Amino acid sequence: MSALPPYATVGQRTWHYTFRVICGLVFFFLIAPIVVIIPLSFNAQDFFTFTPEMLRLDPEGYSLKHYRDFFNNDSWQSAMWNSLKIAPMATIVSVTFGTLAAIGLSQPHVPFRRAIMAILISPMIVPLIISAAGMYFFYSRIGLQGTYIGVVLAHAALGIPFVIITVTATLVGFDRSLTRAAANMGADPVTTFFRVQMPLILPGVISGGLFAFITSFDEVVVVLFVGSAGQKTLPWQMFIGLREQISPTILAVATILVAISIMLLATVEMLRRRSERLRGMSPG
Amino acid sequence: MTDISQSGPVLAADGTPLKRSLSRALRMQKLRALMLIAPLLLFILVTFILPVADMLFRSVENRIVQDTLPRTVEALADWDPASGQLPEEAVFAAMAADLQIAAKEKTHTRVAKRLNYENPGVSSVFRKSGRKVGKWDLATDGPFREKLIEIDDGWGDVELWRTIKTYSGSFTSGYFLNAVDMQLGAEGPEIRPENERIYNTMLVRTMRMSLIITFSCILLGYPVAWILANLPARKANLLLILVLLPFWTSLLVRTSAWKILLQQQGVINDTLVWIGLVDDANRLVLINNELGTIIAMTHILLPFMILPMYSVMQTINPSYLRAAKSLGATDWTAFWRVYFPQTVPGIGAGSILVFILAVGYYITPALVGGTKGTFISNLIAYHISTSGNWGLGAALGAILLAVVLLLYWVYDKVVGIDNVKLG
Repeated sequence: MSALPPYATVGQRTWHYTFRVICGLVFFFLIAPIVVIIPLSFNAQDFFTFTPEMLRLDPEGYSLKHYRDFFNNDSWQSAMWNSLKIAPMATIVSVTFGTLAAIGLSQPHVPFRRAIMAILISPMIVPLIISAAGMYFFYSRIGLQGTYIGVVLAHAALGIPFVIITVTATLVGFDRSLTRAAANMGADPVTTFFRVQMPLILPGVISGGLFAFITSFDEVVVVLFVGSAGQKTLPWQMFIGLREQISPTILAVATILVAISIMLLATVEMLRRRSERLRGMSPG
Repeated sequence: MTDISQSGPVLAADGTPLKRSLSRALRMQKLRALMLIAPLLLFILVTFILPVADMLFRSVENRIVQDTLPRTVEALADWDPASGQLPEEAVFAAMAADLQIAAKEKTHTRVAKRLNYENPGVSSVFRKSGRKVGKWDLATDGPFREKLIEIDDGWGDVELWRTIKTYSGSFTSGYFLNAVDMQLGAEGPEIRPENERIYNTMLVRTMRMSLIITFSCILLGYPVAWILANLPARKANLLLILVLLPFWTSLLVRTSAWKILLQQQGVINDTLVWIGLVDDANRLVLINNELGTIIAMTHILLPFMILPMYSVMQTINPSYLRAAKSLGATDWTAFWRVYFPQTVPGIGAGSILVFILAVGYYITPALVGGTKGTFISNLIAYHISTSGNWGLGAALGAILLAVVLLLYWVYDKVVGIDNVKLG
């Protein structure tokens, strides 16, 4: 694919370039909606489209007013802080339980491995609305509905499949003789875990954690049902904004969230490449 | 020196037979693995599996009629609805007694609401009577048959009594029948009249739109996965970021982007008008309909299609294609007969994943779907949070869950859940 052979016919050449154009269009479809909102968020007007001033690149057409609104508006600010309070706690819970279970699951002899795995992955598969409705009824019964702890537990459950998947994937490449060697030299299981195994699987644990974090940080359906007004998160506030009166502040929030995703993506990619390099799997 | 010629079982260092010693070690190992898994399993069970099971139980649970109208239910046991006759005075007296207690505890409106789902109109009969029955003296004020009918003609309707009798059990199939547009009639389940059928339409629409979304994802994802798998690693990694960035971007951000782009005064319509493809007066309606949902959801789910396809295509040796061509195959034959069959597992994995995610979607259809482009999830949410008909919401949820779990099982058979990859 990389290059056309010199003997290619006209038809083959045409197809080669047409194909590249098609792929380019699909990439454009993937990325354009995300990129377009970035300049729109600096719009000086309250419009959702490019004003003539913006198209002329006139500095008058651009402003930071939507960002100022985001940072000065109480409901947006409290939503942001709620998100920042819930997501890290949910991440800690799912990473702790998830990493332990992933280590257990990658032992050589685990009874009912397939069934256990199916149960642990199920929060990712079950439609969110069903999880949300179930949690709403059940958490109301035990008094967790509308509480901070309820939302954290619900989000932790949703994040667990991601931790399990990434950490078990890292453990596939883990050399078991290292823990045996450590035990042989007199380290107890806890020391072995923290000094030998953990540093080696850390990249997987961190990417699992980032997945769990973004799951909680982006989640809206479950929090709509399990949370109350006191736990209103950023996605919840955006959902309300989009459904009722859509204000251009949403564009500023969206741009900030895109920046966060780019940072998370960069971190995960770096960790993935590092662990591939350590295992000698990467071609370059 | 040990005597290796000795007979009997092989012994471990501490003198126990090696076989027993080994099996004990294995047992210990299994136990340790399970101990590590147990906390999480328990956590998921309590925070996730139990809530879902609890909700599913609501789709068949029907204690409310029995609990609120115990005397009536008992008195109705001997009554045959097929006779077409109203129940006897004893039943009406029992109803008056039940209503008096229920009205005092204010539970009669709840049972009225429950019965109203099955027989519209029951609710007003109960509400109207509940207020007045409270003043009666049960010992002397009979006969109650005439008095109840006097309050509301509804009590003289055999259908009302039939509904109460049909739904007096602790469990009911009523919600499920309701969810597939049927009802419990005099002779068992029957299909609802044409104008009351909404849920089947909704289920079919959800399936149809999810299939369309899955197909558009295959169509758009296949070339991209191919080019990613066949470019040099460095370039492919750069392009892969273009796929991963949407994957990592908040769902709400992507949905709001589409909501803004697809508006009549939005960027897409503005561009089309500016190019001259569309007249300013007839801007395209791209949002609040099926098309809006399909466009936005295809964009949101496309990475879930590209990534599994890409990982399968990466493993296909390019020399197969070259071999096919050197044996005389045209480009098309080589692709269709040699390359394409090898990519089927990737297409299958991606399609099941996209379809599973699509049928359960809630947020995007709710925001860009309007009334024509909503999914079954939106209806479930409506019944849980707005209408209060939890049983029907739960029954619809159970049907949706059954579809998803069936596909999950197929996915596990075809791909294996262990092989799910993220980015």
